[in-house]
Amino acid sequence: MIIDLLTYFLRLLLLLLIQLLVVNNIELNTYINPYIYPLFILTLPVNTKPWQVVCISFAVGMTMDIFSSTPGLHMAATTFMGYVRIYFLRFAATKEDFESRISPTLSKKGPAWFLFYTFVLLFFHHLLLFYFEVYGFSEFFRTFFRVILSTIFSVMLIGLGQILFYRVANKSNG
Amino acid sequence: MRNLIFFLYKYYTFILFFFLEVMSLVILYRYNNYQRASFLNYTGGVASKFYESVNSASNYLSLRRINDSLMYENARLRAQQLNAYYQNGFTLSSIVDTVYKQQYQYISANIVNNSINKRNNYITIDKGRLHGIETDMGVIGSNGVVGIVTSVSDHYATIRSALNSNTKISAMVKKNGAFGSLEWDGDNPRISSLLHVNKHVPVEIGDEIVTNNYSTLFPVGIPIGTIKEKSLEAEDNFYTLDVELFTDFNTLKTVYVIRNILKDEQKTLENNLKGDH
Repeated sequence: MIIDLLTYFLRLLLLLLIQLLVVNNIELNTYINPYIYPLFILTLPVNTKPWQVVCISFAVGMTMDIFSSTPGLHMAATTFMGYVRIYFLRFAATKEDFESRISPTLSKKGPAWFLFYTFVLLFFHHLLLFYFEVYGFSEFFRTFFRVILSTIFSVMLIGLGQILFYRVANKSNG
Repeated sequence: MRNLIFFLYKYYTFILFFFLEVMSLVILYRYNNYQRASFLNYTGGVASKFYESVNSASNYLSLRRINDSLMYENARLRAQQLNAYYQNGFTLSSIVDTVYKQQYQYISANIVNNSINKRNNYITIDKGRLHGIETDMGVIGSNGVVGIVTSVSDHYATIRSALNSNTKISAMVKKNGAFGSLEWDGDNPRISSLLHVNKHVPVEIGDEIVTNNYSTLFPVGIPIGTIKEKSLEAEDNFYTLDVELFTDFNTLKTVYVIRNILKDEQKTLENNLKGDH
């Protein structure tokens, strides 16, 4: 149990470091601002209690806010995404998933399911994030374009990371 | 009462979510409307320290570029020195030192964190209240205007960079003094827009844009950029000028914070006027 908690904590730390030190410095243009740290919330075990998911999302968002000096911005987006996750899994995860307590990752649920799951949740996350960042609808279409492009790019980064990371993990297992 | 408890039990996740989401939105609202004045005080500069240590390592990789830009700046400043001018006539005498009173001081600082691709970009620097930095001070780099200080802790300060939807910098066309407001539309970090320039003022592509002295933030004539394109909406009385910025925010490493010694005097005087109409 303690080992599990420690693993999750280290995974969160690693994701935040990658986000802050690597991904934030990908400077393609102003329309592509990928965020990969929500992966931590995406890959929490399926049977994590809803209130835990919401609280963890809130805490992760707050950490991001402190490090990007944007009070409330990541908090609002990530908490919302955590809440959407509960309902998404209620419809899209099978009974066996809940019984075997798996984490919804690419290797466990297959590429199509995982990419769709990631895209939907990240879309909600980015939607709130970018509109709250502009703080209004004055640049509606420009912001929407930014949401779509960034979501696609984030999903690509996360998918790539999953393929690389889990191929290594599978090899070492078998 | 029983029903209430049952309700709370059944929907506790939603209630928790609702509570946390509303809290986030309140924080978001507060800081967007009060210029996020004190966020740095709450977080205690933890994030700034983190970025500073990361930066001290990565700065070694760009020492050459930093040196080049500082040398370029030195050359420019040398050219402005009094002994770089040929004395034309004898109007200059030794009595002038009581005529000039210093109005601006410059505090140099290193950038520890910066972004250019967000809609609202902020810069963190490694100097703070203890070094004399206060909120609402102008910030310039070696090549031109950078932004405005928004938040200060003891050892750090955050700057709202010119690449931010909330930053409006008072600027003018250097050759004729036509003034406007410099705002960033979020498209390209090299290009900003100068809005509200009266359309009967002659402006041409390539004209230099500099700061003017309407605000108390910058001295007159700090370079900003050159006009890249001009457009005029139908039935509009104002030009929208695309300005190519001199400051390359991508490679920016050192900045100067400007302290205007006479700022309080000017502000007090202007505030007196407010009750006058």
